[in-house]
Amino acid sequence: MAISFSDALGVHEQALVLRGQRTQIIATNIANSDTPGFKARDMDFASVLRDRMGMSNDKVSLRTTNPRHIADQSGTGTGQVNEDTLLYRIPLQPSLDGNTVDEQLENANFARNALEHQASFQFLNGKFSGMMKALRGE
Amino acid sequence: MSLMSIFDISGSAMSAQSVRLNTTASNMANANSAAASPDQVYRSRQPIFATIQAEMLNSANADAFNFDGGDGVGRGVQILGIVESDAPFQQRYEPEHPLADEQGYVYYPNVNIVEEMTNMISSSRSFQMNVDVMNAARTMMQRVMSLGQ
Repeated sequence: MAISFSDALGVHEQALVLRGQRTQIIATNIANSDTPGFKARDMDFASVLRDRMGMSNDKVSLRTTNPRHIADQSGTGTGQVNEDTLLYRIPLQPSLDGNTVDEQLENANFARNALEHQASFQFLNGKFSGMMKALRGE
Repeated sequence: MSLMSIFDISGSAMSAQSVRLNTTASNMANANSAAASPDQVYRSRQPIFATIQAEMLNSANADAFNFDGGDGVGRGVQILGIVESDAPFQQRYEPEHPLADEQGYVYYPNVNIVEEMTNMISSSRSFQMNVDVMNAARTMMQRVMSLGQ
């Protein structure tokens, strides 16, 4: 009998990874809050996670039936965070230098994302301690 | 791990902001430095910020946007250079000044104190924010490291 980690851990493993990546995106926004012409970016967390878990029904991805086919790298259906899944923020108050970073918004998003990262982590940790308990059989 | 590159991103922003604070300090310190001729007068210095785009422009590294594979690829801030302001400097008639020229004029820098003060506040706030981001990323990483304990 083999233990399937991906079955046991469920969505939380992927969620934790994605939360980490989103942290990086928001950190980039905050770091560039004074850079002229920088466009703030973010991702649609729910849809990327859905893609990652293979639960998406609204996306069409290319199938490769021959080894010489070029793989679909557009990011649809793979759940990868790349140029195609990163969206641009619509600025509430555009600034004259073309920068679209709203520091308050980014800060709020960062704090929220950090909290959700902690939540994902605790769920994951709970799964692991549950498994440990089962293995020990105490 | 993608959390690792946050240290690079925020770090680059912090060093950029500290350069900005440095030029502000230099401008404010020299705001009243008189000079004998227009060539010698101190000119206000301003840093030019830009997003680090190197990896994106380099087509050989197509994975630049793939946050999964590209560790440390995060797009921080760089300083393209420091430019001296072209704003007109002040020419004051002070014949008794030891540096005055034949016509009795001394030249003062084109530093705008109000502008420098706002720059100072803005850069120190941005610096603070990036420190907060770095601290949060550190906490998140520490938490992840304690997984399964």
